[in-house]
Amino acid sequence: MSATSTTILNLPDQSTATIPKKNYITAEHGLLSWLLTGDHKRIAMLYLISITVFFFIGGAFAGLIRLELLTPQPDLVASDTYNKLFTMHGVIMVFLFLVPSVPATIGNFLIPIMVGARDLAFPKINLLSWYLYVVGGILVLSALVLGGVDTGWTFTTPLSTHYLNTHVLTTATAIFVAGFSSIFTGLNFIVTIHRMRCPGMTWFRMPLFVWAHYAASILMVLGTPVLAISLVLVALERVFGIGVFDPAKGGDPLLFQHLFWFYSHPAVYIMILPGMGVISEVVSTFSRKRVFGYTAVAFSSVAIALFGFFVWAHHMFIMGISNYSALVFSLLTMLVAVPSAIKIFNWSFTLQKGSITFETPMLYAFGFMGLFTIGGLTGVFLGSLGMDIQLTETYFIVAHFHFVMVGGMLMAFLSGVHFWWPKMTGRMYPESLSKLAAVVTFIGFNLTFMPQFILGYLGMPRRYHAYPPEFQVLNVLSTAGATVLGVGYMLPILYLAWSLKYGEIAGDNPWQATGLEWQIQSPPLTENFTEIPIMDHEAYDYEWLEHKTQHEVTHVG
Amino acid sequence: MGISPVLWQFLMKWLNASALFPREASTIAPQMDALYFFLLGMTVVGVVLVVVIVAVFSMRYRKSVHPVATQIEGSTLLEATWTIIPLGLFLVCFVWGALLYFRIYNPPVNSMNIYIVGKQWMWKAEHPGGQHEINMLHVPMGQPIQLTMISQDVFHSYSIPDFRIKREVIPGRYSTVWFEATTPGTYHIFCTQYCGTNHSQMIGEVTVLSPEDYKKWTEESTSGMSLAQNGERLFASMGCNACHSGNAAARGPSLAGVFGSQLQLANGSRVQVNEAYLRDAILNPSQHITAGYSPIMPTYQGQISEDGLIDIVEYLKTLNTNYRVQQTLTTSESDQAAPPATGGANQ
Repeated sequence: MSATSTTILNLPDQSTATIPKKNYITAEHGLLSWLLTGDHKRIAMLYLISITVFFFIGGAFAGLIRLELLTPQPDLVASDTYNKLFTMHGVIMVFLFLVPSVPATIGNFLIPIMVGARDLAFPKINLLSWYLYVVGGILVLSALVLGGVDTGWTFTTPLSTHYLNTHVLTTATAIFVAGFSSIFTGLNFIVTIHRMRCPGMTWFRMPLFVWAHYAASILMVLGTPVLAISLVLVALERVFGIGVFDPAKGGDPLLFQHLFWFYSHPAVYIMILPGMGVISEVVSTFSRKRVFGYTAVAFSSVAIALFGFFVWAHHMFIMGISNYSALVFSLLTMLVAVPSAIKIFNWSFTLQKGSITFETPMLYAFGFMGLFTIGGLTGVFLGSLGMDIQLTETYFIVAHFHFVMVGGMLMAFLSGVHFWWPKMTGRMYPESLSKLAAVVTFIGFNLTFMPQFILGYLGMPRRYHAYPPEFQVLNVLSTAGATVLGVGYMLPILYLAWSLKYGEIAGDNPWQATGLEWQIQSPPLTENFTEIPIMDHEAYDYEWLEHKTQHEVTHVG
Repeated sequence: MGISPVLWQFLMKWLNASALFPREASTIAPQMDALYFFLLGMTVVGVVLVVVIVAVFSMRYRKSVHPVATQIEGSTLLEATWTIIPLGLFLVCFVWGALLYFRIYNPPVNSMNIYIVGKQWMWKAEHPGGQHEINMLHVPMGQPIQLTMISQDVFHSYSIPDFRIKREVIPGRYSTVWFEATTPGTYHIFCTQYCGTNHSQMIGEVTVLSPEDYKKWTEESTSGMSLAQNGERLFASMGCNACHSGNAAARGPSLAGVFGSQLQLANGSRVQVNEAYLRDAILNPSQHITAGYSPIMPTYQGQISEDGLIDIVEYLKTLNTNYRVQQTLTTSESDQAAPPATGGANQ
């Protein structure tokens, strides 16, 4: 590589390179070998396929929503259908895509390798978690086929318990079951990270990706049961008429809000923290530098996880909670914003004095940093009590959480998928096409959701099937953006599938990255390491890497 | 110009009809907008800062000009800077937002009270003079208006964006919000909490009138009976006066002057009697026994509508000493003037 090179890509000679004959994909053959596997990498692949399917189903609903909102009149679908569309979009995207997205796919694939283990602590529970996910997914699909559900993904009582005749119970059961899949994944990660680190892998030598997953796993294990409890209570009230939430029976409708958001706010961090882990790895690799302030980034993940449990009532500022408790929750919300700000600046300064290249994962990471900053700061609008009165329940909040979840998390997911694609498959994705996809996604995203901030301050309520005509211009822009965004998401599916057969052979370490996963063959062996490694250096130690490649030719497997 | 004049006109009309910023039509609106612009400024500065840092570093340290990275561990000073400055800014947002929140949710004492009952999928407004309106609200300019709101079924939320106010309308409990309109005109009312099939049809218009026009409006739309008068009839027809006769020896406590007072309950606690307390005491009397009385009052849950409860509460608010004379006024004349206020079972 010359000094003026603009890429770090370091591929083996394509005329002689081959995919290693023995790897986790070729280890066994037949469908059953996949369906009964205990290998975390194969389970990660099963997850990757299933969440992609659900992403496109959920995305199709989003497309229909935006198409309906092209005109102020309710003309494409009936109101009930529209309500089902946004409910199914929310349920599928939150519970079947965002929550498992990075942890169950990339995390599942990488956590054991990154800590130097042969598998997760409980391989069978890992497989069980995928089956629970599939059962949850099938239940959601059956609710959909049987006629859908229109509670909104938030299941607000007493609407969900007494007033709707759609498939509330099926959907609640689906989420209940899928929730256990998430608990098992979290449990597996926690035990693996505590007990299965290789010799020399101290807590502060772990990649930040692992730290982020550790924090997210704590949230999964402690938060998800509360969601399960809330859904059981909804079912009890719906089926047996037990007055938990219904005021006419002595119940408290606000209780449901407390229970639901006690999970669903931490769930936001379950979704975003693993994405932050991806960004740490990618930014470090493509600027050839240790992450600036490693400890601060690691602890900020844990801080987010801890504070994340004490801010739930900021979803209820206008719901008649005591003004003084609103005060406390607003203050805590401001505090939880700080660790996110720290992370953004730490990533930015990781670039300083680096040697930066701009491959696709890095482009997505840049997209993440910009969009997540907007998503985070608009969260401060909503955390500020008075401002929340005007903005909550409007399109502002829709735009805000899409900036965090789609602009943030989905960008991070795509960044991670591209970054580790050569490791997972042994082949490269096509670089220029994928750069184009990253740019298209970024433009489409902003065009879709920027106008929604303005709509929100104007007062356009969310979940409206029809709206006053003066909001049309902004809605048309948003729908146009969604079309572009759709193209941006279709591209990777096509070229990644293409690359499975025709992509260039990647070799062990195409990015010259430092993580343990890059020191083994691509795709890895079923047992990851022939010999358990000994970690004798810090994470992101590029000098160690250089030394290693120059003086000792190691090849595992 | 390649653009056809027809298309151009259409485009202009379209753009003119669309707004990028809501009207400021209440005393709160400019205060809300000030905070909004502060937050917007903070966001723009924050985003620009991140973009500039990333762009400058990307230019200066791209591989072609800076082939070998220099490792940096971190910097306590820098990290302290970007911890403390955002924290300080966020605390400003917190204090500012809290002040505004307390202002919007604490009505001034001189405000005029209007009741709002939400149900799938309509808003009913009840003025003190007994005027009822559906999906509309007429209010005078320059007068603080308090909305006391309740839902008959599911969660709703009452939002008037041009006034910058919104509050959840909850089944089974009153919630309040207030505003003082500054500009005559009509403004959107939205239900912003998803409430079922016709959520997006649960909209209405608030009409701000000059004080004179409002007076004229109240006179034209009166039903002839104020809320309190309706409540008085209901109080008698439901037999409340049998026990709450105001007589010292009666089975129920006298209700004269009870509103706004401190009440000693049988379980030892003291409560401030407000609208919410009165409503709850009618629906769940066994939990609100006044000290010195036995728990004999039956529950009225399911027997009286939210409208009826509002009427009775308004009636109780007007009661002062010796109300025995007033409560027997169930004249045939008033029977004709207004339909019975009991609007079926409370869901």
